[in-house]
Amino acid sequence: MEARPPVPPPPSAAPGAGAPREEVGIAPVRPNGPVGAAVLAAGIGSLVLAVLVIIAEASVSFADSLAYSERVGPLAGKTIWAVVAYLGSWLVLGFALRYREVNLRTVTIVAALLIALALIGTFAPFFQLFMAEE
Amino acid sequence: MELNSHEFWALVHGILLGGAFLLAFTGGLAGLYSLKPELVTAAGMTERMRRLSIGTIAMAVILWLTVVAGTWIVYPWYREDVPSSPKSMLLADPDTTDWHEFAMEWKEHIAWIAPMLATAAAFIVVYYRSDLIRNQFARKLAMGLLIGAFVCAVIAGVLGALITKKAPVT
Repeated sequence: MEARPPVPPPPSAAPGAGAPREEVGIAPVRPNGPVGAAVLAAGIGSLVLAVLVIIAEASVSFADSLAYSERVGPLAGKTIWAVVAYLGSWLVLGFALRYREVNLRTVTIVAALLIALALIGTFAPFFQLFMAEE
Repeated sequence: MELNSHEFWALVHGILLGGAFLLAFTGGLAGLYSLKPELVTAAGMTERMRRLSIGTIAMAVILWLTVVAGTWIVYPWYREDVPSSPKSMLLADPDTTDWHEFAMEWKEHIAWIAPMLATAAAFIVVYYRSDLIRNQFARKLAMGLLIGAFVCAVIAGVLGALITKKAPVT
């Protein structure tokens, strides 16, 4: 069985240009785990915000407990905890995935789902469906 | 002709910071879109990546400053429990109630999603640097995140402008 000679790259193209490194046999320079962590953290932070918005709408006492500043009201707690969730999840995932290769397509789909849910959850006509009866 | 402190901070929040992001977005997106091996020379790559890194980081920082200034400086004046506050005025008239109950309620929450998405986009650019040109999926992911941040910022910005037209923070 005759072995096929390797196809040389076109002279004008840099090695691997326009194609993933895996396809051209070049080892990735940096693992994509930290990127996956950053993207997932954005989705988690957004979703936590949406969940807090819905729960605060459904429970006056919960909303009041988030009013760390009297001037800002419950929005203070909702946004503070969303940012804490965002940074915290980024820190944890970033540490866990710092040397790892992840399937970035799958991570992107999961993050897109989280962000889509967050957009629905922060849409006023949606979260007002859960409004507590006065 | 002068601005009081409430008007000044509303201007900083809505025009200087929010407006700066909306303007910078086009440049950032164009930079990422054209980051293709066939369009950039090796010499141009260094300059391009430096500009993209600075630009995307600046956009993320601007968005964080916008939402923090909006929530902690301008919003308290909007929701003050006095008859002359914008919220009180909007809720006092059944014809304008939706400007608070729909527009403001949506704006104050969706705005906070924008900086998280923009920060993730900036991280991708800074993390990969010149290697981003070889990783077209990551490039498209950064573009998607930046577009998502833009959409959230536009919704918040347009609603904010319309609310201000009905009941300005003064």
